[in-house]
Amino acid sequence: MLCQECRKRPATVHITRIVNGRKTEMSLCEQCAREKGELEFLVEPQFPIQSFLAGLLQQGAVPMLKVSGPPKCETCGLTFEEFSRTGRLGCSGCYERFGERLDPVLRRIHGSARHTGKVPARSGEAIKARRELARLREALAEAVKAEEFEKAAELRDEIKRLEKEVG
Amino acid sequence: MTLFPDLTGKALSRWMLADGPESDTVISSRVRLARNIEGLPFPHLMTPERGEKVIEMVRRAFASKDAAKLGLDDAEVIRMSEMSVVDRQVLVEKHLISPNLARNSTTGAAAITPDESVSVMINEEDHIRIQCLYAGLQLREALYRADRVDDLLEGKMEYAFSENRGYLTACPTNVGTGMRASVMVHLPALVINNKAGQVFTTVVKLGFIVRGLYGEGTEAVGNIFQVSNQVTLGQSEAEIVQNLRNVVEQIIAQEKEARESLMSEMKEQIEDKVGRAYGILLYGHVFSSKEAMQYLSDVRLGVDLGLLPQVNRQVLNELLVAIRPGYLQKMAGRELDPWERDTMRADLIRSRLRPDGQASASASA
Repeated sequence: MLCQECRKRPATVHITRIVNGRKTEMSLCEQCAREKGELEFLVEPQFPIQSFLAGLLQQGAVPMLKVSGPPKCETCGLTFEEFSRTGRLGCSGCYERFGERLDPVLRRIHGSARHTGKVPARSGEAIKARRELARLREALAEAVKAEEFEKAAELRDEIKRLEKEVG
Repeated sequence: MTLFPDLTGKALSRWMLADGPESDTVISSRVRLARNIEGLPFPHLMTPERGEKVIEMVRRAFASKDAAKLGLDDAEVIRMSEMSVVDRQVLVEKHLISPNLARNSTTGAAAITPDESVSVMINEEDHIRIQCLYAGLQLREALYRADRVDDLLEGKMEYAFSENRGYLTACPTNVGTGMRASVMVHLPALVINNKAGQVFTTVVKLGFIVRGLYGEGTEAVGNIFQVSNQVTLGQSEAEIVQNLRNVVEQIIAQEKEARESLMSEMKEQIEDKVGRAYGILLYGHVFSSKEAMQYLSDVRLGVDLGLLPQVNRQVLNELLVAIRPGYLQKMAGRELDPWERDTMRADLIRSRLRPDGQASASASA
């Protein structure tokens, strides 16, 4: 049976509706059903991002499945195999547990494996200070290179002060 | 449930006022932040009891004094399980929640402000997803607001965060900033000129994603596209927003150039296209959603080019949502078969596009 909308593809979605006593029947292909809004959000999208990611992991596009023994996250019980099948991690512990195995995945998606954005205020004071230190040290190296010794001295003092604070 | 009928009933969200910068090409700007709570498994592995806990935490945060300072204390927390399928669909059509959240009838919930500029999805793919939606090109404003909401929630719960990986998310495609910034653009001239494809190829090469109106996997309807960042790790929020803004500004420039060349080289054809579309919408009686979107796009182009001074952009924005199946059924107060929907859609468009329907449209909203 062909889709009654496009008359090209086979009908795979059959919809019977009784609305206010009036009965309508439709036989559509999935594409037309989608276009007519008959499927809407109640049907899972065909290619969610996770399935692409899973495909990426399973096809060995990311060289990391060679590591021996399937590790399991102790916190939530998710195995690495499950992750590479679904593309979803189970809890924040997974990031630590699977650690370096995630690096190639993250680099492939983002081109980087290190966060440089916002830091939560609650746990973030120390992180912010460490980032600031890294920034100052870079500036110091540059100042020395450019022979700007006055500026370098200022930077050195600032670094010392901050190092004391961080402890 | 005082606000709840309003949330789904009226079409007018704050962004529909079309009073933002670049409103002739940019419909809206959105920033979404994904967050999870430390010590709880991500939603897909979570028990319903723990899901309840997340809802409760967000509810408390929104009821706090800090929320009042931010003008967020009037947000309402609604559970998916308390809403009909049609109501949920309306929230999806308004971009306030995702289809994925609408499907979560056990622990899915959302906190939404009355002006619908802030919505926090609870127990979607991540525990918390903060969304801020603004009219026109206002990415920085949307980010600023999302950042404040984020600070508020973070003050009341401990986020899953790591120094190296940033905000930890269920899917590694969101880890880091957890931020997805997107801009909804209307590009009729680039489509007419067959240049949209070229522009998008370049945009994708620069690390951005182009999608249809309703996100992942949807096709572009009515020449409306969403441009968003792909990378969430390794760049700061401000950098991502700035880069996206630069890209969108270039797309806008291309679209404007295409409009100018259309008006200088084929003015009559464009006037004819716009005039016909307006006429068809004013006098037609049966429209599928796709057909209506195409003609509405032509009319919008006419408004942008100054050819239809009688039509108000706000009405066009409201219609983007109001002609969707969920919204039509919500308005009718009952389920509609496809034929009834197509006729009701035409009735609605006719009444709102009439010169005398413009004022009443915003008054009734």
